[in-house]
Amino acid sequence: MKNLKKTTDALEKAMNAVFTFCGFLAVAFVLVITVFLVISGIPAIGEIGITDFLFGRVWASTAAEPQYGILPFILTSVYGTAGAIVIGVPIGLMCAVYLAKMSGGKSAGIVRTAVDLLSGIPSVVYGLLGMIIIVPLVRKVFDLPDGANLFSAIIVLAVMILPSVISVSETAIKAVPKEYEEASLALGATKTETVFKVVVPAAKSGILTAVVLGIGRAIGEAMAVMMVAGNVANMPGLFQSVRFLTTAVASEMSYSSGLQRQALFSIALVLFVFIMIINLILNFVVKRGESDE
Amino acid sequence: MKKFITTLLAVGISAAALAGCGGTADSTTQTVSTDGSTSMEKVIGYLSEAYMVENGGTKITYNPTGSGAGIQAVSEGRCDIGLSSRDLKPEEAETLDAEVIAIDGIAMIVNPQNPVSDLTIEQIGKLYKGEIANWSEVGGSDAPVVLIGREAASGTRDGFESITGTEDMCKYTQELTSTGDVVQTVSTNPNAIGYASLASVNDSVKLLSVEGVTPSTETIQNGTYKIQRDFVFVTPKNKELSEAAQSFMDYASSAAADEMIEKAGAVPVKR
Repeated sequence: MKNLKKTTDALEKAMNAVFTFCGFLAVAFVLVITVFLVISGIPAIGEIGITDFLFGRVWASTAAEPQYGILPFILTSVYGTAGAIVIGVPIGLMCAVYLAKMSGGKSAGIVRTAVDLLSGIPSVVYGLLGMIIIVPLVRKVFDLPDGANLFSAIIVLAVMILPSVISVSETAIKAVPKEYEEASLALGATKTETVFKVVVPAAKSGILTAVVLGIGRAIGEAMAVMMVAGNVANMPGLFQSVRFLTTAVASEMSYSSGLQRQALFSIALVLFVFIMIINLILNFVVKRGESDE
Repeated sequence: MKKFITTLLAVGISAAALAGCGGTADSTTQTVSTDGSTSMEKVIGYLSEAYMVENGGTKITYNPTGSGAGIQAVSEGRCDIGLSSRDLKPEEAETLDAEVIAIDGIAMIVNPQNPVSDLTIEQIGKLYKGEIANWSEVGGSDAPVVLIGREAASGTRDGFESITGTEDMCKYTQELTSTGDVVQTVSTNPNAIGYASLASVNDSVKLLSVEGVTPSTETIQNGTYKIQRDFVFVTPKNKELSEAAQSFMDYASSAAADEMIEKAGAVPVKR
């Protein structure tokens, strides 16, 4: 009996160590990635000059006299993400309202399954469909010479952020106490008024979280936008062929060398800083949401 | 729990034993190092893979640095075979030998709806530089020209731009990362023109003739099709190649390698 207790104790201790180790492993990964990106990203920024790098309008990494300005990439990523949010969030929010408040059991099940499936589709498939369907469609509808542009990328990104926007805002809307809604209805407000004036404002912080998550998803996407955005390092315009921060790294990394390669790491560092800022905002929003209640 | 620990130990020990084995196997293998043109990656990949299957004791390495760097490396003795996708300059040819292994034929493609079927190299250059922006100027319909190209690091782009004299001057509408993407995009846009290795062109696009010559294995081999360049193995004149390097070189220039060269999208040399 005593023996058994001893082995259980030993097991407990061992497993405790394993859990702790795995916990710290995640921290270690983040640290390693951060340190690596900073170390490999800083030299090129130093060599090119931070203003020339961040605000230079021309990227010509393989030209005889190379230029490494990434302002077009930064603006493209910002505009592209903003566009995706403008289109994706209202659709996602209304879908979440439908799921949480309007639908009966069975149809909600179908919609929810569809949304889950949407989130599981690999980004290369989104890119492929975008390339075969959206790009030619955009070209025809807007009568352009070519449909691979910022607008097509925004459409693809808007669809891609839908699942995270829908599921997070649905949870937020469902968490709104039923009494709020009942009180509003009892005061004579219609269902639509109740949704937009009572439920959505009450779920504000959760919905904001959904928006920030959507931003994070959109700004980090590479594969799908690479296939629909045209990838020319132009200053962004809605119907202009553009290159995102992510695709700038992905499309040149394979054969890059010297300063060009270092500059690609610097772009990755800039992207990393963007994502970090988004995460900080997310933490802030979530914390404020908690303290509100 | 005991069982768990024993298993862990067993796994650890066998892993260590395996690692030990890996370390000793290298002493009997010979290495042939190649260095140079990034455009030749596929050709070298196919050739070395096929060669290594038949000659288990030889390992072929490839360092993608660019034609100039590859020629430099072989002249300084840093690799066995230099890879170049251009011919040697006269001063380089004084100390180095060049053997053409394969020819890279770059096909110009347009959408099947495009009435244009022939362009000169000068016209192609002007199109890609943006000096001709409408298809009507080269005998097509009144529509804007959409220029499809490859990403900056692409060997096909490097070859195309150097032959048409448009380096760093192309006004691309789209820069795509694979030949397949280029063909796909040209096939869906009636105003598009693109370039791709001849081997990867399919029926969904229209192949243009250049200065009256339609690209084919034959016209590329006899040199009448102009948008082509040689893939060259560069070796030092004054130094004997190692046995393994010579053997690989013999294989690459033999008829047996033709199939692999075709698979890699290039055209074999006529023998």
